[in-house]
Amino acid sequence: MASSYNAKEEDGHHPGLVGSGGPGAVKSKKPDNTAFKQQRLPAWQPILTAGTVLPAFFMIGLIFIPIGIGLFVTSNNIKEFEIDYTGVDMSSPCYNCAQNYSWNSTSVCTCTVPFTLDQPFESNVFMYYGLSNFYQNHRRYVKSRDDSQLNGDKSSLLNPSKECEPYRTSDRKPIAPCGAIANSLFNDTLELFYIHPNGSKIGIHLVKTGIAWWTDKHVKFRNPGGSNNNLSVVFQDTSKPVNWRKAVYELDPADPENNGFVNEDLIVWMRTAALPTFRKLYRIIQKKKDTMTPTLPPGNYSLEVAYNYPVRSFDGRKRVILSTISWMGGKNPFLGIAYITVGSVCFFLGVVLLIIHHKYGNRNNNADIPN
Amino acid sequence: MERLRWVQHRCLQLISTDRRRGWYSSPSSLPPKSSQDAQDPQVQRLSGKRRVVVSRWDTHHSEYRSFSKGFQNNSIRTTKYTLISFIPMNLFQQFHRAANLYFLFLVLLNWVPAVEAFQKEITMIPLAVVLTVIAFKDAMEDYRRYRYDKKINNTLTHVYSGKQQRYVERRWAEVCVGDLVRLCCNEIIPADMVLLHSSDSNGVCHIETANLDGETNLKQRQVVRDLTQQGCEFVPENFSSRIECENPNNDLRRFRGFMEHPGKVRVGLHSENLLLRSCTVRNTETVIGIVVYAGHETKAMQNNSGPRYKRSKLERRLNMDVLWSVALLLLMCFIAAIGHGLWLSELEDPIFMIPDNTHPALAAFYMFWTMIIVLQVLIPISLYVSIEIVKLGQIYFIQNDLDLYNPVLDTGVQCRALNITEDLGQIQYLFSDKTGTLTENRMLFRRCTVAGTEYPHHENAVSLEQYEDQACGDVDRSLTLRSRTSKKSLSCKSLSCNRSSVSLNTLTAESDTHSVHDTLRRHTTGAFSSTMECAVVPDPQLHMKLSTLSSPMRSPLRPDAAEISLILDFFLALTVCNTVVVSSPSQPRHVVQMPVVRTPLRSLEEMKAMFQKLSLPRFPHSPNTNTDTPPSLTKKLFARGRSASYFPNSNPQTPVTPLESPVKLSGTPSDTPPALIPPALSSSGAWGEDAEDKKQAKDNAADESESDDEDEEEELLYEAESPDEAALVQAAKAYGCTLLGRSPEQVLVAVPGTGPLSISLLHVLPFHSARKRMSVVVRHPLTGEVVVYTKGADNVIMELAKQAEDDFSREVMELTQRHLDQYAREGLRTLCVAKKVLGEQEYEAWMKRHEYAETSIENREELLLESAERLETDLTLLGATGIVDRLQEEVPETIEALQEAGIKVWVLTGDKQETAINIAFACKLLRPTDHILMANCDSKEACEARLQELQLEVQQVTKADEPEGDCISDCVLVIDGRTLDYALQKELQGAFLDLTCCCRSVICCRSTPLQKSQVVRLVRDKLEVMTLAIGDGANDVSMIQMADVGVGISGQEGMQAVMSSDFAISRFKFLRKLILVHGHWCYARLANMILYFFYKNVMYVNLLFWYQFFCGFSGSTMTNSWVLIFFNLLFTSVPPLVYGVLDKDVSAETLLKLPDLYKSGQNSQAYLPTTFWLNILDAFYQSLVCFFIPYFAYAGSDIGVFSFASPINGSALLIILLHQVIESRTLTWIHASLLIFSGLFYYAFVLLFSITCVTCNSPTNPYGIETKMMSEPLYYLVCVLTTVLALLPRMLSRAFSNTICPSDLVKAQKIERLSAQDYSSSLQKWKENKATQRVSSRPVPQNLSVNADIPSLTECAAEGGAVLS
Repeated sequence: MASSYNAKEEDGHHPGLVGSGGPGAVKSKKPDNTAFKQQRLPAWQPILTAGTVLPAFFMIGLIFIPIGIGLFVTSNNIKEFEIDYTGVDMSSPCYNCAQNYSWNSTSVCTCTVPFTLDQPFESNVFMYYGLSNFYQNHRRYVKSRDDSQLNGDKSSLLNPSKECEPYRTSDRKPIAPCGAIANSLFNDTLELFYIHPNGSKIGIHLVKTGIAWWTDKHVKFRNPGGSNNNLSVVFQDTSKPVNWRKAVYELDPADPENNGFVNEDLIVWMRTAALPTFRKLYRIIQKKKDTMTPTLPPGNYSLEVAYNYPVRSFDGRKRVILSTISWMGGKNPFLGIAYITVGSVCFFLGVVLLIIHHKYGNRNNNADIPN
Repeated sequence: MERLRWVQHRCLQLISTDRRRGWYSSPSSLPPKSSQDAQDPQVQRLSGKRRVVVSRWDTHHSEYRSFSKGFQNNSIRTTKYTLISFIPMNLFQQFHRAANLYFLFLVLLNWVPAVEAFQKEITMIPLAVVLTVIAFKDAMEDYRRYRYDKKINNTLTHVYSGKQQRYVERRWAEVCVGDLVRLCCNEIIPADMVLLHSSDSNGVCHIETANLDGETNLKQRQVVRDLTQQGCEFVPENFSSRIECENPNNDLRRFRGFMEHPGKVRVGLHSENLLLRSCTVRNTETVIGIVVYAGHETKAMQNNSGPRYKRSKLERRLNMDVLWSVALLLLMCFIAAIGHGLWLSELEDPIFMIPDNTHPALAAFYMFWTMIIVLQVLIPISLYVSIEIVKLGQIYFIQNDLDLYNPVLDTGVQCRALNITEDLGQIQYLFSDKTGTLTENRMLFRRCTVAGTEYPHHENAVSLEQYEDQACGDVDRSLTLRSRTSKKSLSCKSLSCNRSSVSLNTLTAESDTHSVHDTLRRHTTGAFSSTMECAVVPDPQLHMKLSTLSSPMRSPLRPDAAEISLILDFFLALTVCNTVVVSSPSQPRHVVQMPVVRTPLRSLEEMKAMFQKLSLPRFPHSPNTNTDTPPSLTKKLFARGRSASYFPNSNPQTPVTPLESPVKLSGTPSDTPPALIPPALSSSGAWGEDAEDKKQAKDNAADESESDDEDEEEELLYEAESPDEAALVQAAKAYGCTLLGRSPEQVLVAVPGTGPLSISLLHVLPFHSARKRMSVVVRHPLTGEVVVYTKGADNVIMELAKQAEDDFSREVMELTQRHLDQYAREGLRTLCVAKKVLGEQEYEAWMKRHEYAETSIENREELLLESAERLETDLTLLGATGIVDRLQEEVPETIEALQEAGIKVWVLTGDKQETAINIAFACKLLRPTDHILMANCDSKEACEARLQELQLEVQQVTKADEPEGDCISDCVLVIDGRTLDYALQKELQGAFLDLTCCCRSVICCRSTPLQKSQVVRLVRDKLEVMTLAIGDGANDVSMIQMADVGVGISGQEGMQAVMSSDFAISRFKFLRKLILVHGHWCYARLANMILYFFYKNVMYVNLLFWYQFFCGFSGSTMTNSWVLIFFNLLFTSVPPLVYGVLDKDVSAETLLKLPDLYKSGQNSQAYLPTTFWLNILDAFYQSLVCFFIPYFAYAGSDIGVFSFASPINGSALLIILLHQVIESRTLTWIHASLLIFSGLFYYAFVLLFSITCVTCNSPTNPYGIETKMMSEPLYYLVCVLTTVLALLPRMLSRAFSNTICPSDLVKAQKIERLSAQDYSSSLQKWKENKATQRVSSRPVPQNLSVNADIPSLTECAAEGGAVLS
């Protein structure tokens, strides 16, 4: 873009000299002769013409295309494997569970989904569960929570926010954690086994901590009364959410740091997803100590599901996703392609502008202005 | 801050509340501007409503109470609120704005549980912010007013107390109707009072009404007739008369009522008896009056109208588009509602739904309302507030423009209407008054004809031209001239006006009127009597004839005695037939008093005898009586001890020897005892003007007499209501007929050959626009006859004089008519002077009916008019005068520039056709090559035929010139008032307008104020164009009010035009920059800003709308609600404001040089419906990009609702700010810093929020989100891509259009880039191109010289010559 300081407007006025008047002059209404008041501030005046714009276009093209290629390559290097275990098809191992299951059933239905990885997964593998057609972003659903209760506020614990209705109280006791979000907590239990070529099933260690944001885990979510207390005592005057099988202080009895409101599964669930098809981090498969073997070598695996979570009523799907991760997050080729496209379009337009500039631009520089 | 007052006013426009307080009366209730209100039927029928006032002190107390029930006391309260009522009242008034109501509705909607979208508090924020901002302004305003009120109410005055039997000090607020108030000189009148007593022996008192109407000339007020013998002490106890008068009204010039004495004798009261509140008593020691109207019932208070509110064209467009936005909003909500219904109906009890039994249809209905809340921002709440703020900024810059500042008057431009700045940029028709607008309205006597003989006054012409040269060539010179007068007034201020600061406040808190008065006071003092300009060099022939009176024997040529008698009568008429007030320079504010009864001169008897003989027609006897006036006369007068009260101007001897040498004209200095020089003036030597004076005297011998006069302090200041009068009096003075003093009953004049004569003034029939003349009835000092002198418009007087029988007068009339025509051709203003001798009986008879008319309450004006008309018949024509009115500087250039800018300039004037055409030529409205189309018809049919004929003529002219040339030909229509009347009738309007469309310009002469406004209305309504009317006088007020933009010229004729105008400037030339530069800027700025606001809101709101497709149309928002609300209110609101105030597409210099550029505003190019929709389309595109790039980038990932919004908001902010950069034409450091500030503010807010807000802001808790998102590189990648892609089309289209087919504005911008040399050559080329486009076959009209701003000497002289020749 061309720029010019319109210095020619700075004519011979000398501010201050004229305005002051003679000695003892009556206060004159004469406006001050300052650049600001006389609207003569030096200014940069961008005029967008083909000539001024085309360098920008070439620049954008030249910068975007490499970025796009980089992004695309990065995305392609990410390994991702997805298993749908909803059990919609008759052939699906979880079909039976999906058919019979409802929130009220007490028995546990389990199903085992076998799958094969063709490629090894290096470094840490993140295990997600994915839900489709699940509107966690519904306006009233999003609202239905009490952040101060989750932050360990005692009074909120016993008297949750009205936003939680109708999941605020049950049996005259306040629900902890209250609200629809907590009530609909994803409660399938997923376990991963490596089927060794020799037929043995080796359980893969799934790390259940470190899946939530640090800030959520350490600041936003807190158990009432500090972490040292016995949680069952703290929560004794509350009732569990109606759809839950066990109380909040029983979410991870093994690890007091991961129990109650600070349970990371709960924390992850409470961060409502933006879009109706989403995934949430479930577990992390940590890279083995020895760098030789990949985290997940290629081969057969089986996924054991304790099928608790009904999604059929809203045509939902449940998936498990195994994915490695890069600096740009999960696998998503879109951004790379978009960068490449935009970059090339800009480059092309730059060429067009160059032609136009040669055709028309010179004419304007001559003083042949009006037509 | 006072400029913000419009806000309340605007509210008040919506509700006409609380009229009783009278602070704001709507503009329509302004006082009738001319005295034509006699025709107003409403005014007439006031007879039923009267008020009775009796004196309020003990003896009358019981009676008083019965009368005074409904009367207000004198305390005023101009504030709108009290401390308690402020909040409810202010809120109430604010909610009369539709926009506020809409947002209130949204707030309330959010309280409905089924519909609620956000937390209740958050929806209130925008409204609360807007309301608070306005309430704050209102409060500041009101507080200021409160302080003024308090100050005024606590001013002290002297009121008679019955208990203490004396005048006691009392606050103004405590003055009641019926109180007797005593005022001293220079005190301000606290309430409207009937004058009961004046210390003046003649029972008069002078008041200065500058606070009321800005006119600084003194007005005379009279004690109620035959109330008490004047001169003796007024005894309040003895005053027991009853006053009955009309109820309070706002007509300053009318007061009707009567006073009933205990003996049931009634005396009529009229406006001459009324002292108006906030006027100042001048040169009268004490006056006593009885209060009849107090407080808000006074005429001054009833005349206060607030600032004007007009709705600009742009704003009308804007409102249209706001409605479109509403339609868009409804459509979007409807889509969302339908979508929600469909989505719901397909679901069955999903886990994520709150159990709810609502039927999908009902849920959809609820959703509709929810969406209205969610998408409310689409209707830009801050737009109205922003526009108002921007306009204030624009006004600030207009008012601070140095180029619009007039150093002579110390005034800049005043913006009285605060919200139509952008209308200045769209003017298509300009209606201009002539006198005082195009011309200086500085009347200079040029020549005259008496009794059929023309006196060309050649020397006078020469001196006038010389003056012109000086004025043009040497600005400083004229400056010092003026400053001298202003210094005189300064010295006067120290003497008498020391209380002016208080007086200024009395009016109201209106500070702009304030400043008007101030400046006016400064410049009008003695403006009509500035020595240099009023210098009249007598015509030798006429002078000689006149001088035969004093020295008949010595005269070589003996004129006819009858002629001399006519000449003397002529000058006597000029001297007497006016309302000029005389004051002396030593005490400028003190009118020269009449020395009481003078003993007639010894020679007077002889003079009288001579005169009686002379007045017999055609008596060929030469008068042989004469005397040299004894110099003792002057001495006697000086010795009267009333120092400085009376200076006879020219020594009666001076005119005796006119032919020898002008130097000898000056009176001998020894005549004046040096001791008499008042100290104020002797200090005038220190002004350093002497050298100047002497130089000037050498330049111009004729001036010498004047400058010498000045040395002798023999100058009299004449303060006239109209400059013509002053010019005529000055002219008469040059011939020795000097007006020395005036009282209601007497006029003191010096006539050559006699000393000062006292002429008893029987009646003054003041000027009336319907009669177009004024008359005085006097008893002739020499013959003793009752004589009527009439002075008026030539056609009227000629008509009245027609009945003359004898050959002589017929011949005189014929000759005079011929001379008049010649004068008019020269562009002179003509006035005829006539007289009539009344027989005693005739006079008695007329007098009786006149007195009846004077005392009647009802129809008084009509009766007076009738009475005057009865008297003014069978006149004998004495002669006529030609007065020159110089063109203002740079008028031709301005008009040419305006025409080049595509503005049609019409001149509407009351002057004669020939005068008007001449002036039109002088100011280049008419070119020598132009076709003048005359329309003077006597009947409607003739008019119709003439219009058709002219239409044909125009077609022929245009055809002959060029077939494809547009309609604007070189035709100029000249139409006179009578024809205009016909043309304005319904049937002919169409034809008239068609014809005018084909003409480059139209000149309407002899038009009345009403016609002026009718023409403006016709053009405005029928052609649907933007009109601007400019004028300076009361007769232009209706036109100024009618036009879309009214511009008043603060000049010689009071302040009425300024008061009713939207903008007030002091010279016509300022119009050029005001319109071409400021108008253009304001329009372009505001239009761009409004478009940007629409874009911004649509762009941002659509992001939320697109999200609805992914949240089941549940009205969910991905954005934190605070960010959502603040996005428009804080983060992106300041840069557009700065652009609205400071953006500058083309520099002022270029705009002035290329008036063509103005056309873009006229055609509303910046804001067309297509621009609006393209803008909306672009906003849709940008929001799509801004939403879907992040959408696809994050699709399927574990992104949370509010994390998703983070890159969207970030890129939206970038897009919106950078869009502004693309759209703007200038970037100064202010712009840059504000843009950066806005961006940083957003990020600072958002980061801080996400760090500190742990559990706050419940459903949309931002904790940790932004920090987390911004720590990921993806965020930046998404933002960059989104921003680039979103702005791509606009950048591209701008670049394409600017390169391939640039608009004129872009071309001009490009020219500005060039170096100084290329710049001027490009400009030249541009103009030539345009000129050839415009007139391809005709000779190229004279080009505007490049440095037109600096008038070169030659140009100026040529201009002056054009007027004078």
